[in-house]
Order: sequence, then structure tokens, then C-alpha cells
Amino acid sequence: MSSVLVSTTINGDPVEFACPPEETLLDSLRDRVGLTGVKEGCGTGDCGSCSVTLDGRLMCSCLVLSAEVEGKQVGTVEGMVQNGQLHPLQESFIDNAALQCGICTPGFLVAANALLARNANPTETEIRYALAGNLCRCTGYDKIVRAVQVASKEMRKKSKKTKKK
Amino acid sequence: MGNDTSYTDQKFEQVGRRVKRPDGVDKVTGRAKYGADAYAPGQLVGLILRSPHAHARIKKIDTSKAEKLAGVKAVVTYDDLPDLTGGNRGMMDILENCMARGRALYDGHAVAAVAAVDKTIAKRALKLIKVTYEKLPHVTDVDEAMEADAPVVQDFVFTSGVEPKPTKPSNVSGISQFGHGDVDAGFAEADVIVEKSYKTEQTHQGYIEPHACLANMSSDGSGELWVTTQGHFVFRNVCSTLLGIDIAKLKVTASEIGGGFGGKTHVWMEPVALVLSRKANRPVKLVMTRDEVFKASGPTCSTSIDVKIGAKKDGTITAASANLRYQNGAFPANWGMIGAMTAYACYDLKNVKTVGYDVLVNRPKVAAYRAPSAPMAAFGVESTMDLMAGKLGMDPVEFRIKNAAKEGTRASYGPVYGPIGIGPTLEAVKKHPHMRAKLKKNQGRGMACGFWFNFGGQTCTDLNIGVDGTVSLTVGTIDVGGSRASLSLIAAEELGIDYEQVKASVADTASLGHNDMTEGSRGTFSSGMATIFAARNAVEVMKGRAAKMWDIPVEDVVWENGGAKATGKAHSNLPPLTLKEIAAKSPQTGGPIAGHNETVADNAGVSFASHICDVEVDPETGSTRVIRYTVVQDAGKAIHPDYVEGQFQGGAAQGIGWALNEEYIYGKDGTLQNPGFLDYRIPVCSDLPFIDTEILEIPNPNHPYGVRGVGETSIVPPLAAIGNAVSNAVGVRLNHIPMSPPRILKALDEQAGG
Amino acid sequence: MKISLSPNLQAAADGEESISIVAATIGELLSKLATQYPNMSQHLDAGIAVAIDGQIYRDDWGKKIPTDAEIYLLPRIQGG
Ligand code: FES
Ligand code: FES
Repeated sequence: MSSVLVSTTINGDPVEFACPPEETLLDSLRDRVGLTGVKEGCGTGDCGSCSVTLDGRLMCSCLVLSAEVEGKQVGTVEGMVQNGQLHPLQESFIDNAALQCGICTPGFLVAANALLARNANPTETEIRYALAGNLCRCTGYDKIVRAVQVASKEMRKKSKKTKKK
Repeated sequence: MGNDTSYTDQKFEQVGRRVKRPDGVDKVTGRAKYGADAYAPGQLVGLILRSPHAHARIKKIDTSKAEKLAGVKAVVTYDDLPDLTGGNRGMMDILENCMARGRALYDGHAVAAVAAVDKTIAKRALKLIKVTYEKLPHVTDVDEAMEADAPVVQDFVFTSGVEPKPTKPSNVSGISQFGHGDVDAGFAEADVIVEKSYKTEQTHQGYIEPHACLANMSSDGSGELWVTTQGHFVFRNVCSTLLGIDIAKLKVTASEIGGGFGGKTHVWMEPVALVLSRKANRPVKLVMTRDEVFKASGPTCSTSIDVKIGAKKDGTITAASANLRYQNGAFPANWGMIGAMTAYACYDLKNVKTVGYDVLVNRPKVAAYRAPSAPMAAFGVESTMDLMAGKLGMDPVEFRIKNAAKEGTRASYGPVYGPIGIGPTLEAVKKHPHMRAKLKKNQGRGMACGFWFNFGGQTCTDLNIGVDGTVSLTVGTIDVGGSRASLSLIAAEELGIDYEQVKASVADTASLGHNDMTEGSRGTFSSGMATIFAARNAVEVMKGRAAKMWDIPVEDVVWENGGAKATGKAHSNLPPLTLKEIAAKSPQTGGPIAGHNETVADNAGVSFASHICDVEVDPETGSTRVIRYTVVQDAGKAIHPDYVEGQFQGGAAQGIGWALNEEYIYGKDGTLQNPGFLDYRIPVCSDLPFIDTEILEIPNPNHPYGVRGVGETSIVPPLAAIGNAVSNAVGVRLNHIPMSPPRILKALDEQAGG
Repeated sequence: MKISLSPNLQAAADGEESISIVAATIGELLSKLATQYPNMSQHLDAGIAVAIDGQIYRDDWGKKIPTDAEIYLLPRIQGG
């Protein structure tokens, strides 16, 4: 059985790898590209810990074949740190104790980031539904929702400032 | 100073701060390494073949074809795991659960395993292994398993705790009784008696990270194991025993752990990974799929419980009894016994009797799950308490307050209580604004109480002070929910320095003495205790060093505000020396400065919680939503309030899932029908409201800061609290958990019909 | 001194609710228990915890037992 060669962009960097045609993006990211921040909780699209963005759209990487990402833009939690600075969501998750074991955290951060990209000021209900594809067993979601609320406020403040400038 | 564990009321500088956790950045950036994130050069992929039958004799395993497949480096069966247990039945059970020996005892029981160069080849190899089974009759229901003609799961099991000793094996491995007084006399005194039977279905801890390990055995007989676990020292000892490796030659490193809740206190597959590695002479990574996690790593028990309570018209309980039947899976355990111990722990009872039955069935070996056994017993007792309050026309909170245990009460499980928090949590519930929030149509409010023991255990901690005055704190208890932050706070408190100067980490088994599991809510309690004493040791060393620097007797040195101070008039010209200054001179004053402590930190202090819950039931669909939830719990002393709240909220959410949705569904053929998160539905973000918390601090007299374990109790009350709320919302009393929509609809239909 | 037994341990002590053993520490108590009541061995193997004035000790042989304390023996259990 022959491998396929995939050229894609991951977190802004060009990446090429070869993999079996049936390999999932999740496995390639973890085992071939070394991005183990993408987690596997189920492999069946039910837990969201493997969340990535594909051309800006939120996806479960366990449900995407690597061959499908040819020429696309993949975003993972590893790409959220910009210029050495934690993303406001990352800051907020730490400040608000939104993680206990932290295995779900990368998935929540990617999902929350995708939410805030399309809705800068979500209500509590909107946050809860947008994150309903991500399972967390430790926190009861309370502090996660609060952390997203705080981050969205911070980010709106910041973007207002940059607009004024 | 000695290691005095008794509580002293003190003012805290660091403890109680909501600081950032030391592993935070690693965990939000994806850098933290969990069980499946390790890599070793040349590593192989391990996979396990599992029984598709609930109960079957394994007549033959033919691995020859799989062995011949190119890229396959090892195939193992039970032949590769000889019995080295020396007759230790408990160890044998662990070994047999890792790999079936002649009989598959449940759907998902491991039968063989392979290691190959990649996943594709490993999968193909599994398909090439031919197992010849002869199906045997099976039983999966706890009540059915107790019937006389039930298929016997394990023929070495004879019921213990009965006289005369049984002559035939049975599925009841033990019967245990607890209580005091005379319940018959007590019931005779009662004006009102309420009796009801309950059932709870089996649930899984549901940690998001599947079991994973990387085993690396060397040809010289030594080995390394990287694993996600709640207790790497215990895993080391168990694996060493089962595989005949010297304890010192197996180094186990704990990965970051992606949730455990008791499920990662048990060895499930690690010996198999080690044996594969030994046979292949290469590192082997073994990671369970979610399907395997559900089928073959222990869930908690399903139960069947009868409760009987008698009371006087004024609300005084005169007698209480319960029979509790707990299903332990295919191996003997004592979860029913624990249920019998916890059932009435909240109450002050003159006459009480509980009997726990431990029962074997063809299901996976049951594991601890957060306050194991207590939630089911509490569901029965706390539902019945509400029924009784209703019959007496009393407010359920007042009824509980009237009968609550207090200091000096003889606990239903035996001993007499010291200072405890059940009364205060109930008083806090009474005063809580939640109790006065308005309810709409089809909404109802319920409350319930819960208890858990909390444990200590063997602990060992190292504290090293660097020449720059920063402190590395090395602990051996796994950090399951933020304990590194709490322990750093404790070290900072003792040394009188800032939290930021301390960095806590978890040592591997080669670097520190034995530590028991992080279980029984003991992580922060016991390592906290050891940290206090290690820090106090270091302070003694630093006082000596300061004395040397000043050239004065050490008796004239005291430790204050993070530094040494010389006392007495003679030294009034000596300005204090900070920890940093002392550390800087340590190379010249006697070398590195360290503090160390080994202890058995026992008596983590019992803990109690009372929960309030509002639900809305949709009478059309039977679906139930939790709309308001409040946890009130005694923490003794909250070291890091954020993570205490987190434990309260997480436990409540797990309890809510258990109460409303989660259950193992077995088919007639004894196979698990829903081994995935799609059909085994745990609460998602949109299912839940914010979960309000109130931390009470009733100091544990046996901890210098008054700390109690906090991790487990929060899962105990939700089942009953929700059941009581549903009953108050739509008038039907569910006695079967989970209260899933079909069960609620059925109850509503019966109510309308009858 | 008086040692109370949880009901499931009583069978191994000829059905007695409490027994009398003089011991200064938990270790001494458990070893005397084993010699005076051979039937306790299965319980000792499974683990026995000692409650001293309501505080449960699981593994602390060196723990001193105050002479006027309430001593209660119960099965050793584990948590999650
Ligand atoms: S691993 Fe992809 S959704 Fe669970
Ligand atoms: S923090 Fe553990 S699963 Fe979310």
C-alpha cells in the first residue's frame, strides 16, 4: 500500500509529510508533525479534544483524513501563541483556573478561539452551545465558560484600543 | 519542633491565595506531556485483542500467522505472563484482568496482544490471531447474579462473612454488616416507617484521556515505564511483582494525567506493554481506544438497594436499615461493604443496621470512582429521607438538621466522630439565597447530603533550596487537579517566601521514596503535610547556617518572615538574614540546603456536603434540565480556593451526568452496547448551568492547617438531590438511576394512568 | 483496654462486639490481635483500619494509643 504525500500549511508554516491514505489528520499531526498538543479522547468525533481549524473552520481532526488537507490552512493550539505572547484565551484559562487535568484544554482553546473569531461578544448561552462539542470531565464547565467571557471582554477592549490608534 | 500534626489556628500569608498554577502555561500551549505524548526511538505500536463474548472458555489461541506478518515484533498471550504471584489472589486477579487465562470473563477482556512497527500492521496482525471460544452462560445483572441458579463467574469465590462457611462457590464474594443498637426495637418505636427499593446503573469515570503508556524493557532485565496513572509508585510495585522485576530496576515516570477519578488507580494493561517490550526488545507504546476504556477499564458498580427508615412524629429517626447489593464486575472486591459503611454516615442514629453484598458478574472489573460506593447508597438513603420528611409534613432540611450527626455521634460505620461539618452545611443550605429563588411550572427543588471518609497514606517529599534562594519542591503524589499549586503555596507559607519562588514537580520512582496513590482525596492533604515538615526541616538547617554566618550559637537564631533573626541583646546589631542570603552562602556554610520528610499522613478528616438543585422537567419528552445548582461543602481549610471550587463543581457535574444520562447498557448477549461518548453521554457545556459553591472551613484537628480531603464528596449528593428535585417538579419519584427521559416519561404515564 | 469491632470482624472474635487487648501502639494492637484471634488473619490480610477517637488510621503501626481513647477496628478501604 503506497503512501500519499501531503503539502499543507500548519500554524502558518509550510509542512510536507507522507502517510497512508487512510490516516487521520489527528494521527499525522501527532505522530508525523510532532504536534502532540492535539489530543485524542475518542477518535470518533465525540469529545473535541482533537479540535483544529481547517481554513478557519472548527473541525475534529480525528474525522479528517490527512489527504484532505492538501493545500489548506491547519490551525492547532500550538499556533495560538503569537510573538511569544500567550493568546488572551490562554491567559484567561490560567487566571480563571479553567483547567484541572488540562487534557481537554487545547480543544477548548481552539474551539473558543473559533467562536470569538465569528462572534466577538457571545452570550453565556452562545458560549455553552459553541463549546458543546468539547467534553471536559473535570471542571463542570463553570470556570471554562467564565474564562471565555473574561477573554472576550479583554479582546474587545484591546481591539477598541488598536482601532482608536 | 517535631512533626506535630495537630491543628493550630494561624494567620496565612500565602495559603488561600488564588495563584496561577505552575503547569498552566504548558497545559494551555499543548506542551504538557500526557500518557500518549511520549516517544522513544524505535518504538513499536502495541494493540490488544479482546474477547467479543461476555463469558467464554478459550480453547485455543493460534498466533502463528500474526507472528509471521512482516513488521510484527512480538505477540503475547497469557503464556507470556506466567504466574509469579506466589499465591497472592489479589495480584493474580490483576494479572488475569490484564490477560485472560483460559476464560474470557467479560466483553472486552484481553486475550492477546501484538507489537508492530506501525498501527496498520499491528491492526492486521490482530486480525490474524485466531481464537477458538466456547461460549459459556453469563450474567450481568446484580440481582440475577445472586440467584441460586445463576452462572458462577469465578469458582474460587466462596461467600465470606457467613456462618457456617459455604461449601459451594457463588457470585456473592462477601457479606458485611455495620451498625449499632437494635433496629427491630427502633422500628417498633416508630410512628412512621418508609421502605423503598432503588437501582442505580453502572457508570464510568469518563476521564477524557484514555489509558496510555510507553514501556521500555532492556535486555539486562531493567526497564522504564512512562504512564498515565494516579500512583506511579504503586504501579511500579505491581508491575514488578507480576513480571518478576526487582523493584529498584523498574523506573516509572508519571505523565501528566488527563483525569482519573479513581480509574487510574488500577493497573489495567501496563504489564502487557512491558512484556511486549521485553519480547520485542524494543520500546512499545500501548494506548487504549475509547471503546477499550469503556469495555476494559473499570467503571463503578451498578447496584440494587433496599432502604427502610422509621421515625417519630416529631421527626426523630428511631431506626434505619439498608441492604446494599453492589456488582463488582468479574473479580472480587468490597464495594458493597463500603456502600454499607457510608449509607447513613450523615446521621445520628440510635439504631442502625446496614448489610453490604459484594457480587460478581460478567462485566469489567469495577474500579474506584470518586467517593466509591457512596453516591449509590446516598441515592437510596437521601431519597427515602425526603419521602419520610414528606410523610411527616416536615421541611426536608429541618428533618435532616434534626437528625444530623455531630461531634460525639457514633457513626453508623462504627467510630465516634470528632468535629464534623454536616450540621454547618445544612445550616448554610437553609440560609442560602438559592433556597428562595423562584420556581416556574414543571420546575422543582431538591437537596441531599453526602459523606466521604478521605484518606492519607504513605508520602515522601523533598525540598531543595537553590543558591539563588528559589525552592524546588519534589513530591511523589500525582497532581490530578492543581495540587502542585497548593503544595507550592504551603512551602512558601512555611518558609515565609513568595509563591513565585517555589516550583513543585512530581518525581519519578527512582528519585523519591514510595508514595501511595493520589486517591481518597489525599493528594493535597498528605503531600501538604509532608511539605510542611520538609520545609520545617529546611528551616532548621538554615537556622544553623545563619548561626555559622554570624558565628553565634544556633539557639540564638529564630526564623521569622522568611529569614533568620538573631535574638537577644548581644546580637541586636545583627540585621536579619533572608533565605536568599543564607542560600547564597550555602556552598561555604556546609553545602546544599534541603529538607525532607517521609510520613504516613493518616486521617485526612471526614468530609460532608449538602447540595441544592433546581430542575425543569419537560413532561412531553421526559427530559430534565438542571437550571440551578449549589454545592456547600466542608474543606477544612481551602489551600487554593479555585481548585477547591473546581473539585466541588467537577464532582457535581459528574453526579448530574450519573443521575440523568449515563449508564452502561448491556445486551441480552452480555455485550456492552454503548462503549463510546456518543451513546454514553456525559454532560456537555450546554447541559449545565453555572455551579455555585460555598466552601466551609471546619478545621481538621489532625492537620497543622486544618486541611481535609476535598476531591470526592461532591459526587455523593447529586443523584438524590436531582431525584428529589424531579419529584418536587412533576410529582413522580424515580427509584432508578439514571433518570433518563424514557424512565421519566414512563413514570409520568403511570402517574396519569393510575 | 476495650477494643470495639465492626460487625463484620466480630465473627473472627467468637462473635464478640468488643475484645480486650492492652497495647501502646497500633502495631502492638494488630500483632496481639493476630496471635490472640487466629481467625482475624483473613481480615488482617485484607487490611484493618484502626479508629482512635474517631480518626481512622490505615498504616501507622507506630501511632501511640492513648489509654483512655475509644478504639474501633474496621475494614481498611480505599478511595478514588
Ligand atoms: S478525538 Fe476527535 S473528537 Fe474525540
Ligand atoms: S480539565 Fe480535565 S477534562 Fe477538562
